[in-house]
Amino acid sequence: MKSLEGLTTIHDKDAERERIDARLKAKPFNKQSLVIRLTLLGLILLTVYGFATFDYKEIDFFNAILSALDTVKTMFFLPRLSHITFLDALTQVSITLALAFLTTLFGGIIALFLGLLAARNLTNPRLSAVIKAGVSFIRAVPTVLWVLIFAIAAGLGSVAAVIGMTFHSISYLVKAYSESFEELDDGVIEALKSSGASWWQIVFQAVIPSSATYLISWTFMRFEINFAVAVAMGAAAGAGGIGYDMFMASSFYYDVREIGMITYFILAFAVILEVIASRIKKKIRV
Amino acid sequence: MQDNFFARKRINTLLFCFLMLVITMVSIIATDYDVIRGFTSIPKAAEWAFGNFYPNEKALSRLPDIVNSLIETLLVSIASTIVAAIFALLFAIAGSHTTGMGGLISWISRSIATLFRNIDVAAWSMILLLSFGQNVLTGYFALFFGSFGFLTRAFTESIDEVSNSSVEALRATGAGYWSIIAHSVIPSSIPQLLSWILFMIETNIRQATLIGILTGTGIGFLFSLYYKSLNYNSASMVVIVIVCAIIVIESVSNYVRKVIM
Repeated sequence: MKSLEGLTTIHDKDAERERIDARLKAKPFNKQSLVIRLTLLGLILLTVYGFATFDYKEIDFFNAILSALDTVKTMFFLPRLSHITFLDALTQVSITLALAFLTTLFGGIIALFLGLLAARNLTNPRLSAVIKAGVSFIRAVPTVLWVLIFAIAAGLGSVAAVIGMTFHSISYLVKAYSESFEELDDGVIEALKSSGASWWQIVFQAVIPSSATYLISWTFMRFEINFAVAVAMGAAAGAGGIGYDMFMASSFYYDVREIGMITYFILAFAVILEVIASRIKKKIRV
Repeated sequence: MQDNFFARKRINTLLFCFLMLVITMVSIIATDYDVIRGFTSIPKAAEWAFGNFYPNEKALSRLPDIVNSLIETLLVSIASTIVAAIFALLFAIAGSHTTGMGGLISWISRSIATLFRNIDVAAWSMILLLSFGQNVLTGYFALFFGSFGFLTRAFTESIDEVSNSSVEALRATGAGYWSIIAHSVIPSSIPQLLSWILFMIETNIRQATLIGILTGTGIGFLFSLYYKSLNYNSASMVVIVIVCAIIVIESVSNYVRKVIM
């Protein structure tokens, strides 16, 4: 009887060891690496499928590549302005920059309030869920479509561009802001609440100061994005600025050298913005 | 002392607000922006949208066409992101501080990435339109160049963040350069890299709409076709299809991100 008991325990131990062995062996195939592999495999298969099914319209691929290289070479090595003057180009870039500034400012101010209302630790969960859902819908519609939709009511031009781009900036910044507000320690809010602070006092004395660095770096990042978007809107939605000149140079005059010069202008401003952004980030982190 | 501190702080805040106000006024004048019309256009646009911007039966009959061009746009976005990611990985390894060859090669690969990143995809698409014409490849290459620049920067930062100490440890054991990269750098940073790839695909689908409007391909072309011919019912159908696609892709990539991070 006793020996039988001993046997079963030995058997149990063996089974347990086998189970542990199995678990150890199974470790490289856990859920995480499985999902990574499946995602990569799926994306690569979709890429191959895409290349196989694209409608190339019998394009002469090598000639097109050669001519593209030639275009790029002329663009970058022989830039010249012919239809606008240097001063015009500078004014147009400033207009694009002004568009980006206005949309970032309007978007930032509205997003600050909506972000406070959308942060789960500052309001009731239902309001937060409603705002977040609305914002993610706005974000799903590409900016250019917002601008074109507003253009029907306001006419093509800066009004439609500013309102449409502001819409998209709001949706982007509300998400970023509310996530940085939610990172605040719950204890701080509780302590202020128990000392009798009002909602506005909590917001202005604890929430905004403690997340100010995040807010600034997100806002500036959006400013950089808005500059690129403003260029694109000038080209696609008649919003004015340097993007419109670029569109004219490429679609009406076929002037590669002017495109090159305009590209250099945009590039210079984008690099300046990037340098300022990294300066600000370094300064507020210290 | 304390009074002084608060007074100075208040003056700084006031100065900052004043500066912002001045820049705003200058911007409003420069862009010819009509503030009042800006506010009134929002209710006007909403009223118009409820009256005209919804799909009707005729738009529903166009759904197969719309879905077909949506699929093409999705595939272009994915294909350009994946091919760009492969190139970006090579450039990021060469340009990173921990794995880079150092010196000139790192500098060159980083400056190429900066150049590509700061030329917007809209600019690329207009440049490429001259050689490739109204073709899928115009959008593909425009997205490819934009994604390549962005992903190289993102990948470089992820590799720097993740693999500093493990690279040092492996180097101390005498492991070769390629085996360090294949067995330590890539495996330990792959969740971040994949997360960036997913982010890029989401961004590219939105950009592809814009490129489509500029170059006449994919779903953007359909939208601008309906929009310019004042066929707003069909245009709204396009918007709805795009929104659905983007929300589905966002939730899939959020799920993947939650599991792998």
